[in-house]
Parts: sequence; structure tokens; C-alpha cells
Amino acid sequence: MSTLAVARTNRMGIGNILLMLLNVATVVAMGLLMWAALVYARPASNLAGDEQTAQRIFYLHMGCNIGALVAYFASLTGSLAYLLTRKLGWDRLTLASIEVGTLCGIGTLVTGMFWAKPTWNTYWTWDPRVTTATITVLLYIAYILFRNGIDNRQTRARFSSIYALFAFLSLPITFYSARWFRSIHPVVFSGSNPDAQGGFDIGPSMGQTVGIASLAFTLLCATLMIYRWRQLGLEDQMAELREEIE
Amino acid sequence: MTPHKITATNVMAEVQANELVAEPVNVPTSSPPLIQVNRLYKRYGRKNVLRGIEMSVGAGQVMAILGDNGAGKSTLLRIISGIAKADRGEIVLGGVSLKAAGHELRRYIGLVSHAPLLYDSLSAEENLAFFAAMYDLEEPSARIAGVLRDVDLWTRRRDPVRTYSRGMIQRLAIGRAILHNPPVLLLDEPDTGLDQESAQMLQNLIRTLGAENRAILLSTHNLDRAVEWADSVSLLVGGKIAYEETTAKLSGVQLRKVYAQLYAEASESA
Amino acid sequence: MIVSISNATPAQEQMPPLHEPQLDEAKPEQAVKMRTGGGLAGYLRKVWAIAAKDLRAELRAKESLSTMIAFSLLAVLIFGLAFDLRVPDAEMIAPGVLWVVILFSGILGLNRSFGAEADRGTMAALLLAPVDRSAIYFGKFFANLVFMLLNEALILPATLIIFDLNILQLWIVVGVFLGTVGYVAVGTLFAALAANSRARESMLPILLLPVMVPVFMAGVALTANVLDGRVLEEFQRWLWIMVVYDLVFVTVAYLVFELIWEEV
Repeated sequence: MSTLAVARTNRMGIGNILLMLLNVATVVAMGLLMWAALVYARPASNLAGDEQTAQRIFYLHMGCNIGALVAYFASLTGSLAYLLTRKLGWDRLTLASIEVGTLCGIGTLVTGMFWAKPTWNTYWTWDPRVTTATITVLLYIAYILFRNGIDNRQTRARFSSIYALFAFLSLPITFYSARWFRSIHPVVFSGSNPDAQGGFDIGPSMGQTVGIASLAFTLLCATLMIYRWRQLGLEDQMAELREEIE
Repeated sequence: MTPHKITATNVMAEVQANELVAEPVNVPTSSPPLIQVNRLYKRYGRKNVLRGIEMSVGAGQVMAILGDNGAGKSTLLRIISGIAKADRGEIVLGGVSLKAAGHELRRYIGLVSHAPLLYDSLSAEENLAFFAAMYDLEEPSARIAGVLRDVDLWTRRRDPVRTYSRGMIQRLAIGRAILHNPPVLLLDEPDTGLDQESAQMLQNLIRTLGAENRAILLSTHNLDRAVEWADSVSLLVGGKIAYEETTAKLSGVQLRKVYAQLYAEASESA
Repeated sequence: MIVSISNATPAQEQMPPLHEPQLDEAKPEQAVKMRTGGGLAGYLRKVWAIAAKDLRAELRAKESLSTMIAFSLLAVLIFGLAFDLRVPDAEMIAPGVLWVVILFSGILGLNRSFGAEADRGTMAALLLAPVDRSAIYFGKFFANLVFMLLNEALILPATLIIFDLNILQLWIVVGVFLGTVGYVAVGTLFAALAANSRARESMLPILLLPVMVPVFMAGVALTANVLDGRVLEEFQRWLWIMVVYDLVFVTVAYLVFELIWEEV
């Protein structure tokens, strides 16, 4: 059948070469990030002790956060595009990016806690960004659970896309309410916000490391999403072929 | 209150009276069949339920669809009624494509399905009043009274549906389907659970309704009834129409023979 | 009894007198003729018919409002017990208790909204009717709104009694109303989504609660501010958040509801 032929050409085709290049780029960028975060970036000049050590996790925290943001926009695009075009490929994109987003979101929260304990002396706070990130992860998980409960493939895609749309529309409002509700999160790079606690001065080497972190995590998320997207495509193909046999 | 008699002239008169903005879509002068099904395909998960159904039912015709459980009778009726979607193919009702028409075309469809489509905490009268509102009926109380008498539930009209017997619920379901006098009537096994008397009533009703230039499509398991009630029968085997015949040339015995033979062939080839 | 639905203004009043005979009047039986809908009045009549049907069914079957109220009163009582020993000042927890009870009790009613139709297979009857799908949504929305407001009409005094707080103040009531509109707008739509999934009843809170966080925060902050005796200028942003939430989600729900019932 033609689907098999397509799969075979994919294996040889330009797409796979690009993907291999992306893999290499991701590995290199992640390695570079580890080196930059642990070695290259100079210590913050105004911190000492545990706070000084903990600030280095900030690069991972930032990276995960960027990854989650990429996944958020990818899943928003996927769900909107599915509802407009009804092509299952978009639905698979939504699922793939939400799964990656869940991982990155949890990564953001966990690294944030490790950083917050020495800095704010608490693992958890109702800071607007923390609150919004947590709610986002819960929405992602709700999305995944909801999908699994719907049998019909098209209905599953349609309903979960509608849910994703609603969920994502609520997030900006959640963020603003949370900001007004209570806020102690540092505006790390401005230093001018008198309410911020735990901010630190940043030198050029630290700025460069943040840049590397953003790039590396964007690449990592893209790679994971592409692989998962392809895998989901194969799953759907398999389900279809199984139907044809029966 | 004069008992309401269902006639086809009433159908259109009512429709006419309901017109708010008179913008009739071009009605073809040569009358097209009321129900026209073109190459209909439907797959549910792993199962190909319908594989290229072609059929047409003209005005004044009663057609019975036969087939084993799971042959796709209900699916076909649900797709024609518009509550399920076909994967491929087209439904044309009175020359108007169901897909293109939008929700106003549903006004011309009546469906009796497996589920009674009734609210069991409400009475028969309240159920019909609700559906009368949904279909914008003029003078609903007169029409409701007429239908309740037609299906012989007038004396029980104020009791909640929950307290009804199986047969009464089925009769009310039929009443609900004909409430808005639809020219296209789809009956999915309307005779299940009916006692002899109710079945007789249903037969009379179908005969009257059919005589008034409606197109009636009914599915049943009872081959004798199909021959007796319908003008023609269609046999659904493996998602296709395997046999079609007018009942004028057919007896129940013959039909049974054909039925058994076609299904035997189907299971052999499978 | 002639039910009230039949007393609605007949469409005839707004329509022009019947004009010259139509082509198909001569041969009335031949074809299905399309008809343009009943306009906004017809749409609203159907919204009302659906809402009235749900309200009447509730009067008979007592499935959603009654369970909601029973749950709410129990919950207020249990919260009262839970905090009685360790919380010196009821004002500290009453805003949270109020909104948690509103959110959680609402789930019960919303679940029944489409759950009852799905259980009895009556959803198909609504979908067969010649009406825009959004009318089904708004009919359900209004019925659920009425249930919720009646429920809250008991929650507020119950909180007042158990916590001995003057919670029946103008802006708290306004906030509860605005929050409920958004809650029911999203909740009705999610109930329709969840009704088609396998774990229907347990799915709804997982879907709904994270999306309701802004309303919850706004409600709690507003209630706390009012109880603290602040002036309107200090807490009006919470009212605005609720207004924005309501507008956004009623609009989006209206836009996407058509997509849900493409097929049942």
C-alpha cells in the first residue's frame, strides 16, 4: 500500500537527514549548555553560600520554561488548525507538544523549587508565574486524561482540541488574576523592582548562558516533539491497517 | 377541539403558515424522490458498516429495510436523519442535499429510534409540547391533542412517561416523530415491544401516513410484517443492498428464503 | 393542564400576511421545501423551551438542584467543623469556603445537565430539531444558571449562619453572580464534552477546575476585600476580571458548540 511506500521514502529522504542534523545540534547545544551553566557562567556578584550554588539551576529552570512556552504555542496552533482543517496531523501535533510541554512544565516547577528553597526559604509560593505554570501542567494532564476516554478517533481529536482551546484561553486570565492576588517572584534582570526578592546581578557570561539555554531547550523540545509526532502518526497508521485486516 | 387528521395538505399548509420570511428554495417541477441516498459509506472504528448504499424512496412509498443485527439498518437511518455523519456519499431529501441545507431541513424529518427520545419525568403532553416548541408548531395544543388521540394515549396524557408500559412508550415515540407532520418518516424497528393491538395501530398509522404522499423508511426484523406493511423491501447484507423487490410480487415465505440464502452466501464468502 | 410553552407569542404576529400562492401550494406533497428560520424570536423561544424543559424535569425528578443543595449545606457544615478549633477569626477562611463550596457543588448539577440526556438517549431528539446547536447550549446554560443561583441563594445564608459573618453584602452578591455566569458558561460546555467520554462524571471536575482558577481567585479576593470593609475602588479589578472572563467564554462557547454535536 502507498502508506508503506511513503514510510520507506521517509527513511531515506531529506526529512530524515534534517532530523539527524537536528539531533546532533540538540546534543551539542545541550552539552554546551551544561558546560556554560556549570563552568563558563561567572558566579553572581551579590550572592553567597547556598544561594550562590542554587542560582546555577536557574539556567535549566529558564530553559525548561522556554521549552514549555514553545510547547504551549505549538499545541495552541495544533488545536486551532485541527478544528479548521480536520487533518489528524494537527491533532497529533497538539498531543505531541502537550506531552513535551508537560515534561518541561514539571521540569520548570521542580528546578524552581530547588532554587526557591535556599533563596526564598520555601519550596512553594503562590507567585503568579508559579501558579500559572502549575495550572498549565494540570490543564495538560487533564487534556491527556480526557483524550484517553474518547474512543472515536475523530471525536477524540475534535473534543480535545476544543478543550485545549478553552484551557489556553483561560491561562492569560489566570496569570493576571494570580499577579494581582499575590506576587513575590523576582523580576530577575531588572533589579529595579523594589518588591522583588532574590534577584541577582547579571554579568555578560551569565547573559550568554541564558541565551544558550533558550536555544538548547528549544532544540530539545523540537526534537522530542518531532519524534513523538511521527510515532503518533505511525500509531494511527497501525490502527487503520488493523481495521482494514478485520 | 376537532380531532386532528393527518393529511399531506395539512403538512404543507402548516409549513406555509409557519413561514416567517417567504424565501422558498427552488422546488424542482419534476418531483424528485423524497429520500435519495447516493453511494453512502460509513465506518465505525474498525467496522465498515455501510459500503456504498444506493436507494431512493418516492412520495407515497413505504420501504422496509431488513437485515441481521449489526447489518447497518440503524446507522443508515441515523445518517439519513442527520444525527450521524457519513464518511462518504450524499443524502438528498426532496431534491435538497442534507449536507448543504442546514438545520431547517430537519423540519421535514421524523425519526423513531431505538431510544424513545422522550423525557421520562415529563408527561406525554409535556413531552409533545416541548417538541412542538422546538419545531415552531402553530396552535400546538390542538395538534398535540390530535396526535395523542392518533396514538391512543389521550387518557394517559398527564401521567409521566416513566409510568408507561413499553408499548405505550413506543406509541408516544411514534407520536413524537409525526408531531410536526414530516414528509420523510424514518422508523427504526418501530414494532419491537408492541403488543398485537399496538402493532395493528402502527400498521394503520403507517398506511394512512404513507397514503398521504410521505416517504416512509422502516427497519424491522419481522419479515412477514415487512411484506405486509411496506410497498417494497430492501435487504441489507454486509453493508450493501443485496436485494430489492416490491412486495406486490413477494410473499413472506419467498422473502424468508431469499433472506436465508443471501446471508448464507455472505457468511460463506466471509 | 396546558403547559406554558404553548402560551409563547405565536410567530404569526410578526409575520407578513400570506401572499400569493406559491408554486408548491398547487402540488403540496411533492417535495421538501426549505424554509428560512424563525429569526431571533424563534431562536429565543427554543432556548426558553429547552431551559423550561430542564427546569420542569428537575421539579419532577429532583436530580440536579436537590443534590446540589444537599451537598452545599453539608459542605458548609463540614468546613465549619473543620476550622472551628484552630481558626480564631471566621473572616480568615469564609471567602475560601464560600467559593470552594460554590465550585464543587456546581459540578454535581453540571454533570446531570448532559448526563441525563446521554443516559436516556434524548440528546438525539434535541439534535433532530430544526434549531441551531447553540440554542441547545444556551437553553442548558440558562437552566444551569437558575439551578446554580438557587443553590447559591442557600449557600450564602448558610455561610452567614455557620460562620456568623455578614456575607450578604451587595458586592459579594454581585461577584457571586458574575462568577457563576462564567462558571456555568464553561461548565455547560465541558459537561457536553465530558458526556461523550467514558469516565464522564469524574472527568468533569478535572477538566473544569483548572480553567476556573481565575474566577475562583477573583471571587475569593473580592469576598475578602468586602469583608475587610474596603471600598469599591480597591476591589473593582476583581469584578472586571469576572466580566472579562464571562464575555470571553460565553462568546467562545457560542462559537465552538456547533462543533461538539457534529455527530452523536
